[in-house]
Amino acid sequence: MIAFFTENSSEILLKTWEHFYISMIALLLGVVIAVPIGILLSKTKYLSKIVLSITSVLQTVPSLALLALMIPFFGVGKVPAIIALCIYSLLPILNNTFIGMRSVNENTKGAGIAMGMTPLQSIRLVELPLAIPVIMSGIRLSAVYVIAWATLASYIGAGGLGDFIFNGLNLYKAELIIGGAIIVTVLALLADFLLSKLERWVTPKGLRIEGGRL
Amino acid sequence: MLEIENLSKIYRGGKVAVDKLNLDIKEGEFIAFIGTSGSGKTTALRMINRMVEPTSGKITLNGKDLTKMNAVTLRRSIGYVIQQIGLMPHMTIRDNITLVPHLLKWSKEKKDETARRLIELVNLPTSYLDYYPAQLSGGQQQRIGVLRALAANQDIILMDEPFGALDPITRDTLQDLIKDLQQRLNKTVIFVTHDMDEAIKLADRIAIMHEGKLVQFDTPDNILAAPANDFVKEFIGSHRLIQQKPNVKTVDEVMIKPISITIEKSLDEAIRLMVEKRVDTLFVTDGDHRLQGYLDVESFTGARKTKKSVSECYEKEIFYVKTGSKLQDSVRRILKRNLKNIPVVDEDHRLVGLITRANIVDIVYDTIWGDEEDVQEKKELILE
Repeated sequence: MIAFFTENSSEILLKTWEHFYISMIALLLGVVIAVPIGILLSKTKYLSKIVLSITSVLQTVPSLALLALMIPFFGVGKVPAIIALCIYSLLPILNNTFIGMRSVNENTKGAGIAMGMTPLQSIRLVELPLAIPVIMSGIRLSAVYVIAWATLASYIGAGGLGDFIFNGLNLYKAELIIGGAIIVTVLALLADFLLSKLERWVTPKGLRIEGGRL
Repeated sequence: MLEIENLSKIYRGGKVAVDKLNLDIKEGEFIAFIGTSGSGKTTALRMINRMVEPTSGKITLNGKDLTKMNAVTLRRSIGYVIQQIGLMPHMTIRDNITLVPHLLKWSKEKKDETARRLIELVNLPTSYLDYYPAQLSGGQQQRIGVLRALAANQDIILMDEPFGALDPITRDTLQDLIKDLQQRLNKTVIFVTHDMDEAIKLADRIAIMHEGKLVQFDTPDNILAAPANDFVKEFIGSHRLIQQKPNVKTVDEVMIKPISITIEKSLDEAIRLMVEKRVDTLFVTDGDHRLQGYLDVESFTGARKTKKSVSECYEKEIFYVKTGSKLQDSVRRILKRNLKNIPVVDEDHRLVGLITRANIVDIVYDTIWGDEEDVQEKKELILE
């Protein structure tokens, strides 16, 4: 096991980096797409139901199948992998953005409007800051999923830590499978930890001390 | 100043919330809308800043038709205090107070200056400006809620049962505060409540609403003296009608001379004065005789050894009434708060008199026998 890490150290670093950036680009795209859509959906009544059910259905497509489906459209390599993973990351972020925006206290929103906020100001100054903790937990969830599923991206030639695992499967080398899996797990945990730090940082201070008296 | 003409709100489905409301509100007036729930009072209020769009009718402010104004601009020019306080939990107290100035894009200096000036108005320390709402008590939060409605120099303040969620003592304090601020800053306040005591205490004129219609609009005294119909009579409650009958006395007629001490005196002098005058409470004033607080036995029993002067140990939280206020109101306050006595101050906050628990006896005596001369005599007796 230790031999696996020492002998392949440079390759491990490379593959880990590949794995990391495929996942992060997919996640970032997911955030950029899902958060604005989630905000818009929170302002609609019927459309939100339709869109959220479509994304739920997309979520149930087996990940391997989705990756394979990418090939006729985008070929093999990193691009189709990133697109597929991005689709996967959408639902938790979209869902949480929607719920976070909807669960902002009606009174607080009402107060903002009564003070003379435009709908856009209400989103920017009131709803979004208050929804941040919920949105962030959606992003964290997506990050863990995406890192785990990025392993499969190796199947369509995107590289990453999946290469070790698939090689291990082909060559009957348990240490490759286990070593790869360990690194994927550590990477997922690390990403979750870093994002939890980010969550603390972007959560407005007033929300963190809720209930705490001075 | 504010004219409401034939204002109606009919909801989809035909429910009439407000039915042809006509009101004429003068500048600097304190108006209370009162009624049972479903009487349309809140809807009427919310139509003024267009949180609810009127179905028909006109609201004009100094000749300008509010229903034709841009709703956002309008709301920034009218203060609004809501029942559940509704402070922004993620903003500091400073940002909460200056929310409307922020929307109006004031400079940072001007906003900071406003926040500092305002928070002093409600007797909260300026250090609170950096706190968050969750760190304040409900009463303190609602003080900030009131300031938020004042921050952009709004002339009209709408209040929707602002003290409904507070405990009775906090509510009482805030009522005093809001009345004082309204008079000092000469604001026009329109206040929704379902509490008749609150309306009588605060309002210059009360608008009683029932099933969307205005039933009576008059001063509290006139309404108590001549209720328009049985509904109003029942709404006011018989106990208040009777209460109103005896001659209304003001505190000036019965107040006694309080024993006061200026703030820079030493504790020893204070104690000597207490012993000499045989009182347990001294009122602390500044050089101009303005009331600063009080000093009683409890305030220095623990501090005798460490503290030497009055300024170090007097109590700053003090309840007072203004000259000219009704005696029965002060008595109610003494009873409600379980105070020993209540000082009377003039317009400049100078200490001029004192109402004591003995005055309660006077009132009881007065309502039973109604002999004024006798009361005067008895009061002197108590003094000695």
